[in-house]
Amino acid sequence: MATDALAPLATANAPKAKSELMLQRARAARLFLIPMLVALAIVAGWPLLRSIYFSFTDATLNNLYGAEWIGFGNYLRWQVLESGTVRYRGVLADPDWWNAVWNTVRFAFWSVFWETILGMIVALVLNAEFKGRGIVRAAILIPWAIPTIVSARMWSWMLNDQFGIINDLGMKLGLLAAPVAWTASADTAMTAVLIVDIWKTTPFMALLILAGLQMIPRDIYEAAEIDGVHPVKQFFRITLPLVRPALMVAIIFRVLDALRIFDLIYVLTPNSSATKTMSVLAQENLFQFNNFAEGSTQSTLLFLMIAIFTVLYIWIGKVNFDGGDR
Amino acid sequence: MASIELRNIKKSFGAVNVIKGVDLEVKKGEFMVFVGPSGCGKSTLLRLISGLEDITSGEMLFDGKVVNSLTPSKRGIAMVFQSYALYPHMTVYENMAFGLKLDKGHSKDEIRRRVERAADMLQIRQYLDRLPKQLSGGQRQRVAIGRAITRDPKVFLFDEPLSNLDAALRVATRIEIAKLHEEMNDVTMIYVTHDQVEAMTLADRICVLRDGLVEQVGTPMELYERPDSIFVAGFIGSPKMNFLTKDKAAAHNCATLGIRGEHLTVSPDGIWEGTVIHTENLGADSYVYLDMGEEEPVVVRLDGASSYQSGSTVRVSPQAENIHRFDEAGKPIR
Repeated sequence: MATDALAPLATANAPKAKSELMLQRARAARLFLIPMLVALAIVAGWPLLRSIYFSFTDATLNNLYGAEWIGFGNYLRWQVLESGTVRYRGVLADPDWWNAVWNTVRFAFWSVFWETILGMIVALVLNAEFKGRGIVRAAILIPWAIPTIVSARMWSWMLNDQFGIINDLGMKLGLLAAPVAWTASADTAMTAVLIVDIWKTTPFMALLILAGLQMIPRDIYEAAEIDGVHPVKQFFRITLPLVRPALMVAIIFRVLDALRIFDLIYVLTPNSSATKTMSVLAQENLFQFNNFAEGSTQSTLLFLMIAIFTVLYIWIGKVNFDGGDR
Repeated sequence: MASIELRNIKKSFGAVNVIKGVDLEVKKGEFMVFVGPSGCGKSTLLRLISGLEDITSGEMLFDGKVVNSLTPSKRGIAMVFQSYALYPHMTVYENMAFGLKLDKGHSKDEIRRRVERAADMLQIRQYLDRLPKQLSGGQRQRVAIGRAITRDPKVFLFDEPLSNLDAALRVATRIEIAKLHEEMNDVTMIYVTHDQVEAMTLADRICVLRDGLVEQVGTPMELYERPDSIFVAGFIGSPKMNFLTKDKAAAHNCATLGIRGEHLTVSPDGIWEGTVIHTENLGADSYVYLDMGEEEPVVVRLDGASSYQSGSTVRVSPQAENIHRFDEAGKPIR
């Protein structure tokens, strides 16, 4: 967005020669941006370039600096066997990797889907006038404020098959015939992870949408009432189009977060292939299995996927980061 | 096409009583203006008529039928808001057609015809494809009026529609609204403003409100010539009516003597004496502010330019037939 900030200046200048004032403003803008750019280069740019570099080498944890360049081998390499069959190796031919990709995509889609719907409902409620609204607005943020490790632990106890309150309640209410090992069973692990993530991030979504809702002037709802527009139609024909810019930004924030999901899954369902995501797999390879190069490759692929998705989303969705299209 | 009757209408927000019992009749096809200082409840009263606010007690009748619990759209009203309240994501055409489109029973051709007729009346046809943000304030307000016309309402409500426009545009739009009233002479119009000039120029009848109560209802000239209270006398007319107390009032057997600036004559043998504080030359006429020992300066309105030195003494006389006398309670003595 650094370039975004400078863009209006540049276009405003285009027709006539740049005035002294405009030049001065551009210089000042650059000056203010430098600390952020330097910080980003150190904490994001350099590590990123390093992992991309390692993905093209045969690095291991105990031999990071003696790593040798091997090209695209970590991504895909093949061998022609004597029998004539071709054997593919590398991350792109690894079923574990594709399982992780599929898990990640599934997780990102469903978590953001439900968070958007629930977040919208919560935001609409919080946007209405009622007594104690301030307290409710603050209270609803609590799940978001709890560190993920803590809430993941909390939920893993609640979801425990023997001692967990959820199984206990389910049994007593007759909803469950037998206790369910929510996090351990491959059938329910993803659901468990989704429930916790939705619980945790709906408040964030709600807050971003609420900010968008508050930008909509009240009087147009009165005009709609005069026009005799049914409240449901008011939502779909007025609220939704007008909150769309904020909603699109909120969704991309959440999708980027969800595609990188690590901590929740690492704590809640360790070593479950039903929930293992790209980040978890990359972390395992990097630091647990001593496949540093392979882990770097997976990290790089994850980065590429997120980057491509973001560009497509902004481009196709015509997302506007400067606060709406009004 | 509707007559409106308000019977002892009251409205309170929590413990605050905003409208304290209003009785009023608006005739079919009449242009009624609610005027009053800010906080007098005129906008609230309009919103009660529109149905955007619930009535706390009392009865509201449209054509003799109680409409207290009817929604705005069922009352057959259209409203123009101070802030225009256009849908920002719709073009001018969509803004004007929105209500009709959702209201089943209008064919596409009919909607187009009605929108275009309204657009022609207001000369906004060339803007039909634009978004509100691409229009100027005056154009937006015309779109808002056009949207209201398209609904073909029985009652047309205006909530301070000109207050966001600049002075020149306000006059131009005021004239357009007056023209609109002539063209749609069977539509009842209610117009809220704090500007007594708008009230005087547009209204068939004016309703002066004060603290949630009706102070006086009448034609502009009735209010100007025969105000029912000091408040109305002071509110209608510009510059404000001068009020004189003490011996000057006592000489005419009243507690307060009211005389408009245009009804004071400067002459060497004037009965009152004042010191010139300030002179305003407006070209066609001029206002001379005199200190006569009252709380507020006395304004004399003179034709043409005038040149009085500040600090000089001037003698003035009131025109006897235009003196307004009020008792201690602020009621006129006639």
